[in-house]
Amino acid sequence: MSDILKIENLVVNYGGIEAVKNISIHVEEGKIVTLIGANGAGKSTTLRTVAGIVKPKRAKITFQGKDITGKQPDYIVSQGITLVPEGRRVFPNLTVLENLKIGAYLRKDNIQRDIDHVYELFPRLKERSWQLAGTLSGGEQQMLAVGRALMSRPKLIMMDEPSLGLAPIVVQGIFDIIRTINKEGITVLLIEQNANMALKAADWAYVLETGTITKQGTGQDLLADESIKEAYLGKTK
Amino acid sequence: MQNLSYYLQLLLSGVTVGSLYALIAIGYTMVYGILRLINFAHGDIFMMAGFFMIYIVSSGIPMYISIPLVLILTVVLGVVIERVAYKPLRNAPRMSIMISAIGVSYLLQNFATYFTGGLAKPYPTIPFISNGITVFGVSTKVITIITPILTILLVIALVILIKRTKIGMGMRAVSKDFETSQLMGIKINSVISMTFIIGSFLAAVGSILYFSYYEQVTPTIGAMPGLKAFVAAVFGGIGSIPGAVIGAYIIGVCETFIKSNSDYSIFSNAFTFALLIIILVLKPNGLFGEKLSEKV
Ligand SMILES: Nc1ncnc2c1ncn2[C@@H]1O[C@H](COP(=O)(O)OP(=O)(O)OP(=O)(O)O)[C@@H](O)[C@H]1O
Ligand SMILES: [Mg+2]
Repeated sequence: MSDILKIENLVVNYGGIEAVKNISIHVEEGKIVTLIGANGAGKSTTLRTVAGIVKPKRAKITFQGKDITGKQPDYIVSQGITLVPEGRRVFPNLTVLENLKIGAYLRKDNIQRDIDHVYELFPRLKERSWQLAGTLSGGEQQMLAVGRALMSRPKLIMMDEPSLGLAPIVVQGIFDIIRTINKEGITVLLIEQNANMALKAADWAYVLETGTITKQGTGQDLLADESIKEAYLGKTK
Repeated sequence: MQNLSYYLQLLLSGVTVGSLYALIAIGYTMVYGILRLINFAHGDIFMMAGFFMIYIVSSGIPMYISIPLVLILTVVLGVVIERVAYKPLRNAPRMSIMISAIGVSYLLQNFATYFTGGLAKPYPTIPFISNGITVFGVSTKVITIITPILTILLVIALVILIKRTKIGMGMRAVSKDFETSQLMGIKINSVISMTFIIGSFLAAVGSILYFSYYEQVTPTIGAMPGLKAFVAAVFGGIGSIPGAVIGAYIIGVCETFIKSNSDYSIFSNAFTFALLIIILVLKPNGLFGEKLSEKV
């Protein structure tokens, strides 16, 4: 299959600091691709650049063959890319239902089916439809952030550390959902600190260290890699 | 009975004055809610709306065209100010944009002084609303009755817009989190423009009512009602629309009662600010305010 997203020679600077140093990442359509790496490696920066929040110093980013480098976030959403941001960032002053509706902000068609679908994936959200999102638990907020992202009917969903700060059982649930939405045909680009879970779920994985890609391979290969085991899998193996 | 009708009359004019403050206060509180900016130029936009009317009517344009024209020009002025003086500073420290707002305020005042020669200009009489009317045995002008009714209707419309429409939902989202709003595909700039459109529109409506009531416009006339409306917004909890409206009514009514007593009338402005200080000491975030810590 073809690559849905191609990031070529991405360089991102913050002031004088080079956060991402000339990396290239290819995401094959229909797959789960993961990007692992230590704190400050530049993972979030990479996704935020694709989403149009951060402007790259240099790059060529193409989505379905179309150049989207440096485009505005609303254009990128309209092309079918969505980002579930680090730390969930649900709108605390909006209800659960409104958070879902705002995920479909650019859509003009009927969104009721998508709301029903999100509620099928996350029955807990349905029960809390009228609750303000700020009063949800961390796990529920993560579900909402994922559900909200699905509301734009993305072709590619990028997730920035969805398991951050969640109990293991909830993390398992989030990974089940990632596999489910991937089976529904949505390509997934996933950032994780939880390298073990991420590599198990991923078809392809990149390792990012201080702004540079140091390794890539199938999830299985990297799981078996000694240096990866040492650096990222720690005692979990 | 004489007494009762006297107090009713006072209450009525207090409510009218409060409505005028409310119409201006909403612009302060909404812009603050979205941008965390105190738009010091807002009172001067209100003043400019007054001059727009004077010059449009004196050029011979009939009133039923003049009124919408004033509303449109004021909205355009508000949006242009945002684009030219605030938008380029969006990522600058908040103090810079505040200073830009103060600059715009003086620019408008000086421009108006230059253009008008600095003298007070009589405001055109709008037929019907300046007529006399008697309600509950109180005789007054139609405008005294219309002002609170129109204000309440506009506030209700605004609340519906914010609570029930898509753009309103966008505004609530942007007021909490710029970046995530962008990730949803919301165009921040259109939401901000919308805020200035609404604020300037209400200030323009307020100016038509206010100047029909007080009958003249000067280049610095925006300062005092602007300041009172700002106090009302802070009083109610800046960022909160119901807060601004309620704050405006409290200030309008209290002020009118104080003014009615000839011994104390000279202190009416001092009273307004004393009230603000007391409220802020007791309730630092105002009546309906949220946490103020990370703001200002
Ligand atoms: N807005 C910013 N301004 C300045 N520097 C930034 C900004 N955002 C990130 N950085 C810097 O860029 C580098 C990469 O940050 P990034 O957030 O992409 O890392 P990350 O891999 O997502 O880390 P983590 O796993 O901790 O989330 C870091 O050194 C960080 O301090
Ligand atoms: Mg990160």
